[in-house]
Parts: sequence; C-alpha cells; structure tokens
Amino acid sequence: MKKILKKTKVGTGVWEYEIEAPLIAESNKPGQFIILRLHEKGERIPLTIADASVEKGTITIAAQSAGKTTTELNDKYGEEDYIHDLAGPLGNPSEIENYGNVVTIGGGVGIALIYPIAKALKEAGNHVTSIVGAQSAEKLFYEDKIGGVSDELIITTDDGSVGRKGFTSDAFEDVLNERTIHKSWAIGPVIMMKVCSEVASKYDTELIVSLNTIMVDGTGMCGGCRVEVGDKAKFACINGPEFKADRVDFDVLLQRNQTYVEEEKCALDRYLEEE
Amino acid sequence: MDIKEDQIPMREQDPGERRKNFKEVPLGYSKEEAIEEANRCLQCDPAPCITGCPVEINIPEFIRHIREEDFQGAIDTIKETNNLPAVTGRVCPQEEQCQEKCVMGRKWDPIAIGRLERFAAEWERDQGAETPKVEKSTEGKVAIVGSGPSGLTAASDLKKMGYEVTVFEQFHQPGGVLVYGIPEFRLPNDIVDGEVETLETMGVEVERNTVVGRLFTVDDLLEGNKVDEYDAVFLGTGAGLPWFLGLPGENLNGIYSANEFLTRVNLMKAFKFPEYDTPVKVGKRVATIGGGNVAMDSARTALRLGAEKSMIIYRRSEEQMPARDEEIEHAKQEGIEFHLLRNPKRFIGDDGQVKKVEVVKMELGEPDSSGRPRPIPIEGSEYEIPADDVIMAIGTSPHPLVPRTTSGLETNDRGTINADENGRTTKRGVWAGGDIVTGAATVIKAMGAGKTAAKDIDRWLANGKGWRSDLDEDREDE
Ligand SMILES: Cc1cc2nc3c(=O)[nH]c(=O)nc-3n(C[C@H](O)[C@H](O)[C@H](O)COP(=O)(O)OP(=O)(O)OC[C@H]3O[C@@H](n4cnc5c(N)ncnc54)[C@H](O)[C@@H]3O)c2cc1C
Ligand SMILES: Cc1cc2nc3c(=O)[nH]c(=O)nc-3n(C[C@H](O)[C@H](O)[C@H](O)COP(=O)(O)OP(=O)(O)OC[C@H]3O[C@@H](n4cnc5c(N)ncnc54)[C@H](O)[C@@H]3O)c2cc1C
Ligand code: SF4
Ligand code: FES
Repeated sequence: MKKILKKTKVGTGVWEYEIEAPLIAESNKPGQFIILRLHEKGERIPLTIADASVEKGTITIAAQSAGKTTTELNDKYGEEDYIHDLAGPLGNPSEIENYGNVVTIGGGVGIALIYPIAKALKEAGNHVTSIVGAQSAEKLFYEDKIGGVSDELIITTDDGSVGRKGFTSDAFEDVLNERTIHKSWAIGPVIMMKVCSEVASKYDTELIVSLNTIMVDGTGMCGGCRVEVGDKAKFACINGPEFKADRVDFDVLLQRNQTYVEEEKCALDRYLEEE
Repeated sequence: MDIKEDQIPMREQDPGERRKNFKEVPLGYSKEEAIEEANRCLQCDPAPCITGCPVEINIPEFIRHIREEDFQGAIDTIKETNNLPAVTGRVCPQEEQCQEKCVMGRKWDPIAIGRLERFAAEWERDQGAETPKVEKSTEGKVAIVGSGPSGLTAASDLKKMGYEVTVFEQFHQPGGVLVYGIPEFRLPNDIVDGEVETLETMGVEVERNTVVGRLFTVDDLLEGNKVDEYDAVFLGTGAGLPWFLGLPGENLNGIYSANEFLTRVNLMKAFKFPEYDTPVKVGKRVATIGGGNVAMDSARTALRLGAEKSMIIYRRSEEQMPARDEEIEHAKQEGIEFHLLRNPKRFIGDDGQVKKVEVVKMELGEPDSSGRPRPIPIEGSEYEIPADDVIMAIGTSPHPLVPRTTSGLETNDRGTINADENGRTTKRGVWAGGDIVTGAATVIKAMGAGKTAAKDIDRWLANGKGWRSDLDEDREDE
C-alpha cells in the first residue's frame, strides 16, 4: 500500500500525484518507471517517475486519463488514499552525461516524462533546449517547470493557441537547422516519436525515445511489451524503455498497442456507466 | 495376501463440463477411497518409492497412518520433509518419481501416492488447524528473494529454526509459478495463499512489490545499505524469462508467451474480465507451441476461455512430450487436438493480427544431447494451420536481473547461478536454489533445494560464518 500525499491537476485530464515511497525515491534514476495496481481487481499499468525527493521520501507520477485505470485513478483517488500495489523503479535509467547540446521533446503526457531527463541533463552540464507540445493551450502543462531546467524552451500547439503553431517535430527540425545537436530525447504519442525519428535521421543526429508499450509485469517475465528494435524483439520493460529511435519499428509498436482496443473500450464504458 | 491390482480411481469433473470452467478437475479421494487405496500398499522394507522422491518422504509410513485412519500422523510424516503437500500432491510428476519406483507398479498399477498425499493435505486443511507463532528465537537474519516453492520452503524452515526471515517478492502476490503460471483448474491459488498466510502467521515478513536488483541489490541486503542488514540471502528467483523462436511474424498481435497468457488469466484473473480490469483475448482457433506442462496448461486454459479449437503443436512425438501423463490425458479428454511432429516456420498475419501458422512436418532421428530423438524437418512438407492466437510455450530461462546486479555471483552460459550441493554460490553469504540454479524444473526439486539451503544456512550461522563453498575450494575459510 502506498499513500498519496498530494494530488494536483496539471492540465486537462492530467493529474500529478506525490506518493510516499522513500525507498523508490532513493533508488530512482531519470527515465525509470513504476507499475501500479489500484485495487484487488485492478490492472497493472506502467507510469513514469516524473520526479522524486529523497528528503521527503516521495515520488511524483503524472497520469493522463486514457482508459479505465487512469480515469479511475484521476477520478477517485485523492490525498490520503492508498494505492494497493506499486512496484519500482523499473526499466533502465536514461544515459545522462555531458553531451554538449541536447534537445528534450515532450508531447502530451510525455511533457511530464521529459522533465526528469531534462533536469538531469541540465545538472550534468548540457545546454538543454526543451520543446513541449500539446493540441492546445489548455492541454499544455509543466511548461514553467521544464523551462526552469532548460536553457531554452520552445512551446508548440497544434492550433497555435499558445507558442508556435505546429508540431514538436517542426520545432525540432528548426533547432537542428540552427546548430549542432549532440543528442536528443523525445517522449510522447507514438506518432510524434516516429516523426521526430524521421527528422533526426535526416539530420543524422542521435535521438532516444521511450516506448509506451502494453505491459503486464514490467519485469521481463511476459514479453507482452516486446517491440522490434534493430530487427530483433526486445522487451521494453527490461531492455528499455529507452531505445535509439532509428532502430525502432514504430509501426509494430502502433500495431501491438491496438491489441486490446475493444476490451479497453468495454472496460471504460462499463466504468463510466457505473459511476 | 489378497492383491488389489488396480488403483482406486479419483473422481473428476466431467470433461464436457470442465472445459467450460476454471474449477479443479480432480475432486480428491474420500476417506473411504483413501483407506482402500492405502490398503493396496505392500509396506516394503526397504521401500524403493522413497528413493524416487526428491525430498524422500517416508512414503510407507504415511500410507500406513492413512490405513490406520491416523490422518494427523500421515500429514505429520509428510511434513517432516515436504512443506507443501497440498501443492505437490496435485502437481508432482509422480509417474517419474515415487510411483515409477513402486513395487506394485512392476506388475499392476503403482500405489496412487500423489493422490494419497493430496488426501492427507486436504484432511488437514479441513481441520482448519491454527498455526502457532514460532516461539523459538535464534540469532540471525535471513533474506529470501523470490516466493516460489524454493523461497517459501526455505523461509518456513528457517523460521521454524528461530531466525528472523523476510521474503522479498516482485509481484503483488507471492507464490511464484504456483500463482501466476499453474492454472486454477490444477492448483487453486487459494491453496498457495493459505500457505503464505501460514508463513506470515509464523512471523515471516513478506514484502510484496519489491524488485530486488532495482529497488535495492543483494549486496545492499548483506551490507545493510538502504535496508536492514541480513546475515544470509537465499535466491529463489526462478526461471521466468520466456523464450520466443525468433521466427518471422512472431510479433503479430495474438501471439503470446505462455507466461503472458497464463499470468493474465491466473494472476490477473482475466477470465473474469470485465469484473477484473485485465483483459485477455482468445479467438476461435488457438495454437499452442510446445509439449510440456506449460503447453498443456495454456491449451486447456484457451479452451476454457471459449476457444472452439485448441491445438498443441509439438515437434517430437507424444512419447517425448515432457508434460506429466495426467496432463496429456486430461488435455485429450477435453478435446485438445495434438499436431505432433510439426514445427512452426513462420506466422502469417492480416492487418497486424495473426491468422495462420506455417508448419513443417518432422521426423525423428538419432538422440540429441537431451537423450531424446532429434526432430528433423522434412523438406517440402510445409503447410498452414489457421490460428487466431498462438501461445509460445517453448521454455524459459533465468532472469538475468539479480545475477547481473550482484557482485561476485557466478553464472554459467545457460544463465543459471552456479551453486554447490548445499546451494552455496560463489558469493559469501548467498545461497541459491530452484529453477534459478537448475533451469526450468519441478516444484518438488525447488522445494528440496530450499530445504537443503535452509539447513546449510543454519549450520553456517551456528558455526561462526566461515565460508567454504565446493565451488571455490582454494578459498580460505574466513
Ligand atoms: C514505460 C511506460 C511509461 C508510461 N508512463 C506514463 C505516464 O507517466 N503517464 C501516463 O499517463 N501514461 C504513461 N504511460 C502510458 C500508460 O501506461 C497508459 O496510458 C495506461 O496503461 C492506460 O491504462 P488505462 O487502463 O487507463 O487505459 P486502457 O484502457 O488500457 O487504454 C486506453 C487507451 O490508451 C491506450 N493505451 C493503452 N496502453 C497504453 C500504453 N501503455 N501506452 C500508451 N497508450 C496506451 C490504448 O490504446 C487506448 O487508446 C506509460 C507507459 C509505459 C509503457
Ligand atoms: C505453467 C507451468 C506449469 C508447471 N507445471 C508443473 C507441474 O505440474 N509440476 C511441477 O513439478 N512443476 C511444474 N512447473 C515448474 C515449476 O512450477 C517450477 O519448477 C517451480 O515453480 C520453480 O520454483 P522456484 O521457487 O525456483 O521459482 P518460481 O516458482 O519461478 O518463483 C520465483 C519467484 O521469484 C520472484 N522473483 C524473480 N525475480 C525477482 C526479483 N528480482 N526480486 C524479487 N522477486 C523476484 C518471481 O516473481 C517468482 O515469484 C510448471 C511451470 C509452469 C510455468
Ligand atoms: S514401493 Fe509401492 S507398495 Fe512399496 S511401500 Fe512404496 S508405495 Fe507401498
Ligand atoms: S511487461 Fe512483461 S516482459 Fe515486459
């Protein structure tokens, strides 16, 4: 059982939770995630550790209402409530070094997930350019937080309601046109990561993506999270979740994430009906 | 003496009925049936059945107790060497162990030792006996990593010796393969939950959701870094990493490892979706690749989830199938189709979803390193088997996380940890046992390893912690 200490709405449908988990806070490194199960009948879902405080003994996660579990978490779980099971840190940490000039790109809920990486890269001495993108101004969040750990912040929205009109990948291309970038990270919807990967290949610069596959255990025991990387099957939970973008087959990822669409819809509809 | 040649049959759920539910298939012996079966035993001395048992249960003695209606005596005898008889009575491959050695079996049916064991365990469960808290206290703290049969056994034995014992398990529910792998219709999770409860009542701490190697390491446990300091660590992390064949099309939707399929159903209760949140998908035709217990469990589970046709595709013939005879028999009764001497070559999909398995026919050649005839593909014999789902039950190997994050722990090329007869590894204060040492094996062997290690840990702690492992003979005792 893990206790929620603080819950904050950070954007449309996105909530942030500060959770008491001293040992995870101590062991966590940027890029790692946890798996939680809300209650006895719940599903195990992966969520990235968006921040951690060793002093307070807490970790922070951010969840976007996507289906049954994330909606139930965001609707029903508040301060002082307990999450039945929470295991972590899982996955390999991001490789943080002083590379020189780096770009970190976050789209949608990925904005929350890019924050710990940008922060660590900044602390390691990199010149950090962050690009955060959302569909519209109301869906944007964390921009100040990310701005605080970046040398430069570029905001994009699909409709131009704030920042530049367009996609994060467009802004990424502009940055690559301007100066040499030594390494970049992109976390967000699969399609965003796919397009960013194409941009990176065009400019022959290394891009890392964090793959949001379907997971069960998150510890390498099921292979449900497998993706094709460099023509080989890799388990996102133990070999990743970060991979070099140019080696990832994004179409296989998109396809595999479709496996349970009908069941996911059924679960969400049933949940919403009951409420 | 009047010899009864045939075993007393065990009542079972009707095959037509049971293929639609997850309830247990064998229903167990009644008191009368158990006594009648026990009366068939010749009470041999010496008794060869004992030598067939990996933990050397005193079989004739427990059978004699059943005969005399002293059921408490029977369960006490079993529990001298076997902590989980309700489990092993259901899942042990008795036909290759005790029952294979049974004198009766030379001419007639061997004694149904497994069924009698199960009877004794059920009798005890029905009594609802209270577990007393362990009063004895011995100096020393032991950490157990993994809560499969090896870890549970080591924990229980060490607790009874009086040590402080903590079990660390990565899943939210302890039990290892017993809860996430073996299906309800063979081993209800309730039974394992009950054993874990007993352990906790005895005073063993069970820390769930604890991934050792990520949250903290084995070195941390020995050094008291981040967590309490432990004198000794037992590793029982199993062989949970599923294999795939690396064939074209293997990442199509609808292709699962048996571990994923069974975990969704058993641990996450996907058979009760949408009451439970975890889904599982089963189409009309399900093909399971493999011939072991895991394959039988997967194929039978698929049937219960509504598959119209559930098939086993195995590259050798039935004789070489590693599954227990009883599982093969039950699978057949339930209508599982066996496609023998067939090996998959690729998976063919439509719009990302698997639709067919291309197989090649095989013939048997000379024995290979496993001693079984080597299957050889017959060129040009390829054909396609339609399938909406494919379950890969072709084996697992140990998970590298713990070995990789522990300093000085030697593994070999199969990924298993090197340990000596007593379970001692190459790292001072660290023991290992079960599938992590042997590769995928059996419940009883894992329990045996947990027992042996517990004894050795006790010896070590009582004798000033000098370290000598057969693995590094030249190392001086410290
Ligand atoms: C390593 C990792 C880290 C993640 N970190 C975060 C995070 O920090 N915050 C966050 O909000 N989400 C994160 N995700 C995604 C999150 O796990 C899914 O959104 C969640 O599992 C959906 O569960 P659900 O029951 O609410 O929705 P479901 O009913 O399971 O799915 C609803 C919708 O979400 C899609 N979906 C399902 N599973 C995933 C998935 N794993 N990734 C993306 N889309 C999915 C489905 O296709 C469907 O459209 C992460 C995923 C991974 C693998
Ligand atoms: C489907 C199936 C059917 C089977 N049927 C039979 C049968 O009929 N008869 C039979 O005798 N045998 C059978 N077996 C084999 C038998 O179950 C295993 O040999 C036995 O469970 C091994 O026990 P173990 O204690 O070594 O490991 P496991 O049972 O594998 O348990 C290992 C435990 O360690 C945990 N763990 C792993 N890594 C970590 C970590 N880093 N930190 C914390 N915890 C960790 C795991 O989550 C797991 O709970 C079957 C196996 C399967 C998969
Ligand atoms: S070998 Fe068979 S008959 Fe003899 S004691 Fe053992 S179970 Fe009884
Ligand atoms: S989630 Fe099961 S192996 Fe990755």
